[in-house]
Amino acid sequence: MTFGTKRAGALTALAVTVALVATGCAASDDGGSGGGGDGGDNLAITFLPKNLGNPYFDTSSAGGKEAVESFDGTFAEVGPTEAAPDAQVSFINTLTQQGVGGIVVSANDPEAICDALNEARDAGIKVVTFDSDTNPDCRDLFINQATAEGIAKVQVDLIADQIGGAGEIAILSATANATNQNAWIDLMKDYLASDYPDITLVDTVYGDDDDQTSFDKTAALLQTYPELKGIISPTTVGISAAARYLSTSEFKGKVALTGLGTPNQMRDFVEDGTVTAFALWNPSDLGYLAAFAAKALITGEITGAKGDTFEAGKLGSFEVGDGGTVLLGDPYVFDADNIGDFDF
Amino acid sequence: MTTTDASAPARVYRDYAHPLWRRLLFTREAAIVVLLVLVYAVAAASVRNFAAPITITYLLLDVAAILFIALPMTLVIITGEIDLSVASIVGLSSVTLGTLHQAGLPIEAAGTVAILVGVVAGAINGFFITVVGLPSLAVTIGTLALFRGLAVGLLGTTAVTDFTEFWTDLAKSKIPGTPIPSVMIVFVVLAIAFAVLLHFTPFGRGIFAIGLSSEAARFSGVKVEQTKFILFVLSGAVSALAGIYYTLRFGSARGDNATGLELSVIAAVLLGGVSIFGGRGNILGVIAGVLLIGILGSALRLANVTSDVINIITGALLVASVVSTSVLAWVHRKRIGAGIKKGPPAPAQD
Repeated sequence: MTFGTKRAGALTALAVTVALVATGCAASDDGGSGGGGDGGDNLAITFLPKNLGNPYFDTSSAGGKEAVESFDGTFAEVGPTEAAPDAQVSFINTLTQQGVGGIVVSANDPEAICDALNEARDAGIKVVTFDSDTNPDCRDLFINQATAEGIAKVQVDLIADQIGGAGEIAILSATANATNQNAWIDLMKDYLASDYPDITLVDTVYGDDDDQTSFDKTAALLQTYPELKGIISPTTVGISAAARYLSTSEFKGKVALTGLGTPNQMRDFVEDGTVTAFALWNPSDLGYLAAFAAKALITGEITGAKGDTFEAGKLGSFEVGDGGTVLLGDPYVFDADNIGDFDF
Repeated sequence: MTTTDASAPARVYRDYAHPLWRRLLFTREAAIVVLLVLVYAVAAASVRNFAAPITITYLLLDVAAILFIALPMTLVIITGEIDLSVASIVGLSSVTLGTLHQAGLPIEAAGTVAILVGVVAGAINGFFITVVGLPSLAVTIGTLALFRGLAVGLLGTTAVTDFTEFWTDLAKSKIPGTPIPSVMIVFVVLAIAFAVLLHFTPFGRGIFAIGLSSEAARFSGVKVEQTKFILFVLSGAVSALAGIYYTLRFGSARGDNATGLELSVIAAVLLGGVSIFGGRGNILGVIAGVLLIGILGSALRLANVTSDVINIITGALLVASVVSTSVLAWVHRKRIGAGIKKGPPAPAQD
């Protein structure tokens, strides 16, 4: 190039340098308090959700923060802006280098982050998965929000109740590769076949956990299947987008909608009659329990073996089950009577 | 490489009476390399744990796929075209490798087929662009969706993860005694091949000529269509190779692997000094551009900067690099213009 490129380069260099110096200083502060702890166990616990800016994970991280602060640890949250399969790896590598005490992660891909997690564990970091598990070889504990059977059953029971036990239904899921959603859908199919022979599942579509895509897929479902009586959306993004579509369409009150949603997202739709009842666990409790599990591992209170028990603050005592999993409890059903009691 | 570029405008610089070393420093590639070294030094000095050798390993593993694809992308963009389908070809290659391996084929055979799939995908792009004569932007936006759809459709909702440890370990292995991943050996070989092709062969001169003016190139005897077709096939093949690396590195073959990677590649290529209008660019600058974005991301993550802020910083850097070039070129034109008013234009004196 010509005359002034050097100056352009120098200017950019200066800007970048300033940015790095500024952040670098901030980093040494954070690193110092994280690594230092109270001289004993390293209670620097970092949450790594599937992606940032997702209300569900905002809530679970808030629960985690409450827990970590209750036992005087250091809470942090990092993560990618997109829930891509490989996007979490560089964050795990970074946490390994920073030497945190524990990583609490919801996996975008059961395999892609395995090696990175095992490198972290080799460096002495405890790894707890929640919401979406990895291959069991790559983590110390998995905090299960509810059993897959329980989740599948509650959604099928809810839709069956709302459509009177017979008719066509469809499923609006998250991404086609979502581990947990796919497991639930398979179980829903089994449970429908065994307990509700008069209900036909006509289609499963994927909204990619994107509000607009889910909205469009809902519209497409209703166009394609004029006899449709109900939709199950086992994802918080999907159910609220579907409810938004239904609430302003001619299908409001005629096509039932249920699935997994959060009270704050669904409140308006329950109040205006679009949705009768839906289910979920409390993600705040899930994050809270995961943080306490990480603490129990870090302090050596448990090793993650079956039968180990630990205390999780306000939630009480929990026992480690098969395959290094800890169960939060049964799914919770929200309806017009109780939705006012919740704020997340 | 830098010398070849600098030799042409040397006449212009003679008017400013700058010595050779300053002329070399004026190239955009040199500026990016200097910036790269500077950012690395500042990060190593100020960000805790950044200076550790493992940082280099993680960094190179993270950017390897981008480095690979940036090579043919550089050539494609210099001709004034673009290939937006590269990340979708990565996904298609990943799924091909995964399904064939699951069906019992050894990695060597499955990988060969995956690369052939990339070649075919590139040839499809090349066919529509050179034979049918459609703009590459339109064609590859279409094939971006088409190839991704095929990839997700073929493997459905599952991921293939049962790769033998030998291959997944190899993808992550380091050159013994160094923090540098072995995959960089493949990259260096490819980079040298592409640099020689672009900067030291008649084919490469044809690429620049097409980017400056495809009509003029055609009249000068450059086989414009044939050159572009070859470049899109190369782009497909290298993207498929990157797909194999990507799949083995994460041990997971999925249709949605590397979604959005095309934007990272194009951003790095432009940061590396390649003109989006074609006709100008350099392999060395592109490699420095990819590494610069990688180092910046890695340092900022280690400094606990959140992802959105990292996106803002790298985005601003890109905009700054593109804008500064245009602004300074404008200033330069004004100065030349002022010179013309005062007397006869400088080149006329020769």
